[in-house]
Amino acid sequence: MIITKKKEFKDIVDVVGKGPVFIAGCSECATICHTGGEEEILEMKNALIDKKIEVTGSILLEPACHLLNDKRLFRQHKKELERANKILVLACGNGVQTVSEISKDWDVISGTDTLFLGEIKRANDFEKRCQMCGECFVDTFEGLCPVSRCPKSMLNGPCGGSKNGKCEVDSELDCIWILIYNSLKEKDELHRLNELRDCKDWSKSLKMRRTL
Amino acid sequence: MTYRSNLERVLSDGKFAVTVEIGPPKGCDPNKIKEKAKIVNGWADAFNITDNQTAVVRMSSFASCCILKKMKMEPVMQITCRDRNRIALQSDILGAAAIGVKNILCLTGDHQSFGNHPGAKGVYDIDSVQLIHILRNMRDNGIFQSGDKILAGNPDVFIGAAANPYADPYELRVDRLEKKIAAGADFIQTQSVFNVEKFSLYMDEVCSRGLDDRVHILAGITPLKSVKMTERMRFFVPGVDVPEHIAKKMENAKDPKEEGYNIALELISEIKQIKGVHGIHITALFWEDIIPSLVKDSGLLPRL
Repeated sequence: MIITKKKEFKDIVDVVGKGPVFIAGCSECATICHTGGEEEILEMKNALIDKKIEVTGSILLEPACHLLNDKRLFRQHKKELERANKILVLACGNGVQTVSEISKDWDVISGTDTLFLGEIKRANDFEKRCQMCGECFVDTFEGLCPVSRCPKSMLNGPCGGSKNGKCEVDSELDCIWILIYNSLKEKDELHRLNELRDCKDWSKSLKMRRTL
Repeated sequence: MTYRSNLERVLSDGKFAVTVEIGPPKGCDPNKIKEKAKIVNGWADAFNITDNQTAVVRMSSFASCCILKKMKMEPVMQITCRDRNRIALQSDILGAAAIGVKNILCLTGDHQSFGNHPGAKGVYDIDSVQLIHILRNMRDNGIFQSGDKILAGNPDVFIGAAANPYADPYELRVDRLEKKIAAGADFIQTQSVFNVEKFSLYMDEVCSRGLDDRVHILAGITPLKSVKMTERMRFFVPGVDVPEHIAKKMENAKDPKEEGYNIALELISEIKQIKGVHGIHITALFWEDIIPSLVKDSGLLPRL
């Protein structure tokens, strides 16, 4: 899932200015992250009204990154949109841009910061899992990804900095290489770590448009 | 037999080698590094020039090596994967070899979040093992990482790597050393040794696998300058193991500088006895002026 966090409300107010503003949320990732679901849209609406900023309406996009769905849903809110000069989008960076693409006459404002592609561990607790490198080889690392989960993306074993199973960069973060090591040790397959992993082909993630 | 560098010659002759680290200055004044170099000149077989160590911006390793070369001192150029991709790394290797750098030490690099530009984007296109392998292929097979041929001169350098006998998981440390040797490392400089007992166990394993015949291992020595520095090394520097008895000695010392110096002497004399250790690598952080006496008093140089 795409993990987002709310921007500071005062920063949003600074950009929204006097409004009037229309709010768009997202039914998928931002809903689950509690950054752009029904509740957060309502909360934002009330908070802006408290600041004497006119809110002309709101919508929950399904999901915000779907261009055709956005167009269809926006048509149903034509009047509310016409009265606004800004659209505040409570979705990931992709969602914001899809809205931008169909909203040339409005200033489109991002209400969240997009963090990473990650796992929901429990409510409001997320951890990065994927860098979208274009060439998945987690199967060779016990289903664990050192590209996205090691801050140095090391492919040939741990650096010298892990301590008590944690990463030197973040003491809350498990050293992914320790997890890989433990898993291989359990299977008595530690020898697999001796194989030299060649340099990664980063060009696999360079193509920015695909028709599959 | 011809040797690529003085360091390779000393090690191949079976002599106990000494290398000393010189940290480039936080500025472009060449006199700063010349002054440091003058202090230690003649007191090591080669001099390590760090590459923006702890991710703090300093004069480049490459330029500092040029300055050392002009002073007729032999540098060990450190290069890290943190700030450069494979294109820049290979280009710098060619450039370094062109100006006569004969030893290159390949590192992944300290993470940028520890330095003075934590907002920097780390590169980490490749890791240290891959860098060692690339360098070996450039030197021995005349090919770049892409497989493209080198057209005008392979970099004929002595290849170095780092090893940490203390980091977790301990069981993997010798495997990782072996991997670096397989990738192409000719010599190894270890993390600073304070816990001799643990280092000795590590070296036993190294020797039992015959790795000491395949690579030259230089044990790291860092003289402790103060109680504060001891604490920092003990608790905040990742992968360093300062045992309690050493910390106590520093705490109880009337003159911590003198105590630190004596501890370093003791460590050197103990490490010299360990089978498979081929030399000492001294990193005296902001304390370069004690290196000549340390090297002399420990009997490392001049060689008898």
